[in-house]
Amino acid sequence: MQYLWRTPGSRTAPEEASPIGPPPLEIRGLTVAYHRRPVLWNVDYAAPPGGLIAVVGPNGAGKSTLIKACLGLVPSVSGTVEVFGRPIARQRRLIGYVPQRESVDWDFPVSALDVVAMGRYGKIGWFRPVTRAHKEAALHALERVGMADFAKRQIGQLSGGQQQRVFLARALAQEAQLYFMDEPFAGVDAATERAVLQVLRDLDAAGRTVICVHHDLQTVSDYFDHALLLNTRVVAQGPVARVMTPDLLSRTYGGRPMPAPAAAAEEAEAS
Amino acid sequence: MMPDVQEFLQIDAPALLAAVLACAACALVGNFLVLRRQGMMGDAVSHAILPGIVGGFLVAGTRETLPMMLGALAAAALAGLLIEAVRRLGRLESGAAMGVVFTVMFAAGVVMIEQASAGGVDLDADCVLYGQLETILWLAPKGWASLADPAVWAALPREVLTLAAVFALCVALVGLFYKELKITTFDPALASTLGIPAGLFHYGVVLLVAATAIAAFEAVGSILVIAMLIAPPAAARLLTDRLAAQILLSVALGVLAALAGYGAAAFGPMLLGASHSLNAAGMIAVASGLILALAVLFGPRHGLLGRRRAVGRLRDTSGFIAPEAQKP
Repeated sequence: MQYLWRTPGSRTAPEEASPIGPPPLEIRGLTVAYHRRPVLWNVDYAAPPGGLIAVVGPNGAGKSTLIKACLGLVPSVSGTVEVFGRPIARQRRLIGYVPQRESVDWDFPVSALDVVAMGRYGKIGWFRPVTRAHKEAALHALERVGMADFAKRQIGQLSGGQQQRVFLARALAQEAQLYFMDEPFAGVDAATERAVLQVLRDLDAAGRTVICVHHDLQTVSDYFDHALLLNTRVVAQGPVARVMTPDLLSRTYGGRPMPAPAAAAEEAEAS
Repeated sequence: MMPDVQEFLQIDAPALLAAVLACAACALVGNFLVLRRQGMMGDAVSHAILPGIVGGFLVAGTRETLPMMLGALAAAALAGLLIEAVRRLGRLESGAAMGVVFTVMFAAGVVMIEQASAGGVDLDADCVLYGQLETILWLAPKGWASLADPAVWAALPREVLTLAAVFALCVALVGLFYKELKITTFDPALASTLGIPAGLFHYGVVLLVAATAIAAFEAVGSILVIAMLIAPPAAARLLTDRLAAQILLSVALGVLAALAGYGAAAFGPMLLGASHSLNAAGMIAVASGLILALAVLFGPRHGLLGRRRAVGRLRDTSGFIAPEAQKP
């Protein structure tokens, strides 16, 4: 039995991605507020199929919130999110997620392999144990990030970079079409940075779409094909060569966070 | 010196059974409170159910389990709603909200008890804190041989049967939803993206804690419930790095505390020549605290001594020479 929540009627198989089909991710008019303060304002975005997409913006721009709202983890005031043309609740098996490393308790009594195996739970479903085949898939995912030797290690005894790679392996074990990653390069060592980059390139080569919150402006153009510049609202989007310009970046990072689109538009025209 | 068999079976055996089952059930569900960093929730739930228990008792007029259970569950649900409301409206952190709600509800329960006992009703505040293990009697068995008779087992005291049922429920639910409990405890966000209702599991854990606390309450009292929800899982966490091993170990340590604590309370003073016995629930809580203290000291990897050994190993392998070793 699959995990289907909130949509018990939708037991049809998810559609496979096709080049001419709907985009991997389509956001229309998404607005999210915390305590009545808008964090995302009227965001429209359609991700191109297959490719590495960076979500770039200053602290408090709503980058993580965008990912969480797409995944249904935070409630939105308005707007819709579709994955390959259907609501996310029907497409869960097509989605992989790498949360921020700090979002979990690394003292938890599980091994690296246990954590990676959690990526398989969506395929296993209710009441069934984690079988040998799923453990092997998890071990294979650990191999791909160079962490197979640490499979039995309790996760608290891994370095920050190794923990990040475990999270990445877990997403690989999900075997998704569309990946959301929240700062996978944040505070990692050089070996982990190389491993994460290699995984991103492998996913890209396999035709997967990866949407990645990224904080390092220096490496955006080297690592990613597309960028979404975000500061509460979408400032610019498109191929990195076109949007990673000094002008657009200063509009994304410059000044205070823009409270509302009308005010922001006036501000942009005035400057 | 040793009490005779019939006395043991009629007085000590039912109390021991109740204590062991209560400790095992509390320890089992307590793992998820400790791992979710919600130990305070056990405190809150076990106090907040008091007005519900008293209310159920007053409405039904008897000490039947069902009305008290229903009242307690209603109180637990009310406490959950109030905690959430206080947290949101007062913009308080959840620990503070729990602290406010459970103390107020517990106080209301105590006031209700005082009012009721003024009216000549058999319910008092002491048994709320310490339980009444000593009053659980099993009159059916007459000796070891009589244990072969199923009718003797059918006559087990109501408290023991209730606790056995709740323990079985806890084992069944944790067994059935082990994988889901694990992921919703470790990473609720990922669980949600996989379609596992993490919020429902949160409330499920709280409800299971409430049901366990209610069943254990009458027999062993609220102090022991709080101790057993936290101490055995916390001790087990220090002894292993595997979730399944931690859960099994915590239940074993809970049972050990029940046996050791009851033994010390019932027979300890007698060995010292005193004629009275000690409060069993209190001694069991003390035993669980001692077990936790031992785990803190001697835990293999997380214990204070184990950590010193680990630092020593690190020195050996890293070529670091301790200052005292450099002296000629």
